[in-house]
Amino acid sequence: MIDSFLLIGLPYAAIFIFLIGSILRFRYYGYSVTSHSSQFLESDKLFWGSRLFHSGIVVLLLGHIIGFLIPKSIIVVTSTPLWMMVIEVTAFAFGLLTLAGIVLLIKRRIQEKRLHSVTSKMDLIVYFVILTQVITGLLVAYYHRWGISWYASSLVPFLRSLIIFMPDQAVIASMPWLIKIHTISAFVFIGLIPFTRLMHFLVYPLAYLWRSYQLVIWNRDQKAMHSSKNTREGVKPVNN
Amino acid sequence: MDIRSQIAMVFHLDKCIGCHTCSIACKNIWTDRKGAEYMWWNNVETKPGTGYPTKWEDQKIYKGGWVKNGDKLELRVAGKPTGLTKLYHNPDMPVMDDYYEPWTYDYDHLFEAPAGSDQPTARTISLVTGEPIDVKGGPNWDDDLSGTPDYGRNDINLRNVSAEDQEAMFQLERMTMHYLPRMCNHCLNPACVAACPSGAVYKRGEDGVVLISQEKCRAWRLCVTACPYKKSYYNWSSGKSEKCLLCYPRLETGQAPACMHSCVGRIRYLGVLLYDADKIKEFASCPENELIDRQLDIYLNPFSEKVIRDAKKNGIADSTIEAAQKSPVYKFVKEWKIALPLHAEFRTMPSLFYVPPMLPVMGKMENGVYESTTTNLWGKIEESRLPLQYLANLFSAGNQDKIKEVLKKLMTVRYHRRQVTVNDIEGSLLDDAFESTGLTPDVADAIYRLTSLVKYDERFVIPAAHREEAIEMIESTDDRKGNTGFGEKKGTRRVF
Repeated sequence: MIDSFLLIGLPYAAIFIFLIGSILRFRYYGYSVTSHSSQFLESDKLFWGSRLFHSGIVVLLLGHIIGFLIPKSIIVVTSTPLWMMVIEVTAFAFGLLTLAGIVLLIKRRIQEKRLHSVTSKMDLIVYFVILTQVITGLLVAYYHRWGISWYASSLVPFLRSLIIFMPDQAVIASMPWLIKIHTISAFVFIGLIPFTRLMHFLVYPLAYLWRSYQLVIWNRDQKAMHSSKNTREGVKPVNN
Repeated sequence: MDIRSQIAMVFHLDKCIGCHTCSIACKNIWTDRKGAEYMWWNNVETKPGTGYPTKWEDQKIYKGGWVKNGDKLELRVAGKPTGLTKLYHNPDMPVMDDYYEPWTYDYDHLFEAPAGSDQPTARTISLVTGEPIDVKGGPNWDDDLSGTPDYGRNDINLRNVSAEDQEAMFQLERMTMHYLPRMCNHCLNPACVAACPSGAVYKRGEDGVVLISQEKCRAWRLCVTACPYKKSYYNWSSGKSEKCLLCYPRLETGQAPACMHSCVGRIRYLGVLLYDADKIKEFASCPENELIDRQLDIYLNPFSEKVIRDAKKNGIADSTIEAAQKSPVYKFVKEWKIALPLHAEFRTMPSLFYVPPMLPVMGKMENGVYESTTTNLWGKIEESRLPLQYLANLFSAGNQDKIKEVLKKLMTVRYHRRQVTVNDIEGSLLDDAFESTGLTPDVADAIYRLTSLVKYDERFVIPAAHREEAIEMIESTDDRKGNTGFGEKKGTRRVF
């Protein structure tokens, strides 16, 4: 019963909350979507903390997503022991970077008095969840080796079964508790996104790369002015 | 030709008395809030001095503005794609200590302190942490040359002023200074707009005011780095960047911005300039010594029939064209050419121009005596106490001739008015002055008049905003009627 709740109910609730919540937050509380950078208050310690954490977490997240999207190719690649070794070690190294980063960030948050005035309760929860996630992730990688392979072959089918609304918890239910915690806390993380500053990675400004440098916005829409759908008869003013 | 209208400004530095009324007017309206206490959208600096934030002009430190890379014009560090690598941590962003930690005083203690043998004091309390702090600096810590060894001497504009002149500038009896009120320049080629990854910073088409959409800002902070004037500020509490909005709600109702309206010395002028937006890229990337001339070229003559025709075709209102014709800024900048942009070498094409200061009119001292005994009533411009190179570094990208031209014109106006009122100027001196500057007595009188006599309506020529009519053109007002509540952009119809 508790397994069903944690492994089926919670994931669905989390994904539902994430999808609906982020859309609502973006639409109706768009103003609140910001990264809330604290670099202005403290910059030197942030350099190490933020750079390490973000470069680590981005690689790890992408890795999980790639494994989820193309599990078969991953299984093929990891059937070569050398490749498996290389990927596993790389992933573990990035995990260590992430851990070092988040520890430095938490330390900074506690030590710097200026930061206390911009720290919310949700920030503390986020720190806790991320720390749990990174530590359990590293432990899983250490105690249950070759996770890249079994993630693709055993855990991804469970995740996919959720997506197609035919949840099958049999695979994961028999897995070690460490992996269960990592999975459950991952869904908690996803469910938290709309309520925290985690929203910022959904608005990563990639579009900047292909927009022109200057941006001019007119109150008066030049095109609309000349092709007005105004139904009233008479001459439309072209100038005021 | 893509004609647009820009609200532009002129500050007459000879008239600035450094009273900071502009800064206070701005603060009271816009930045008296949590997270914005340290922001001075408008501030007044003493020159020579290091300004606010400290040494803002030194782009080796702050890495703002545009640079020419071969033929291409690029942002120094904040552009594409390098800007995106700075989101996690931006090494080129000023932090609170480059400005100052905002503080208040523990006034409560004056009333609540228990009886004792000492007078109770109101200690300084940080507005960030709420704890007592030792104040180490403020936005105008170097006012009137105070702390010169730390501030004035470190002014980056002294870099190519001769050691001798520098020494003279800081001798007690010879020292000289002037004020430099600063605010957002609402540039034609704004670096902050170009640097914003979210596209939150934009230039308003109708009047050229540069604004930051608070809805779209995601605190990537690159506008702070990119603006070479450091006039985009990061609100550490709301997590949004903010900047001067030229009091656009006041402009739209025909009032001058608060800083300008409150100016005690009446140094500020505001009006419309028409310009050709197609030329921005070409002119902003011209060689450094041509920057000022090319910027003047971009502004169009609002009396020319062709310009008027093209402007109307581009949807510029008749009232805006009329305002452009009456614009005091057009006269100072384009007709008389006595106002220059600040640090044109940043290549943002600022819309704020300065009439450089002539004061003190007295020249250098010889053996402790002013040179007022010479045949000249006033010292020569070349022998001005404020080294020309210093002014040139501020207002003409280092070009001394440019600044000399302007100062000579200003001097000619003085000679002329002295002659009119006191009649003790040698005829040849005045004739020479008119001849070398190309001014005529009529123009000199016009400059004198606009400088010292005109009232509010002539200093601020603000075109109507026409927002109501803009909506009328796009959709039927009958449909629009009753759609929304007061101050609401989203509909007020009930959902669910």
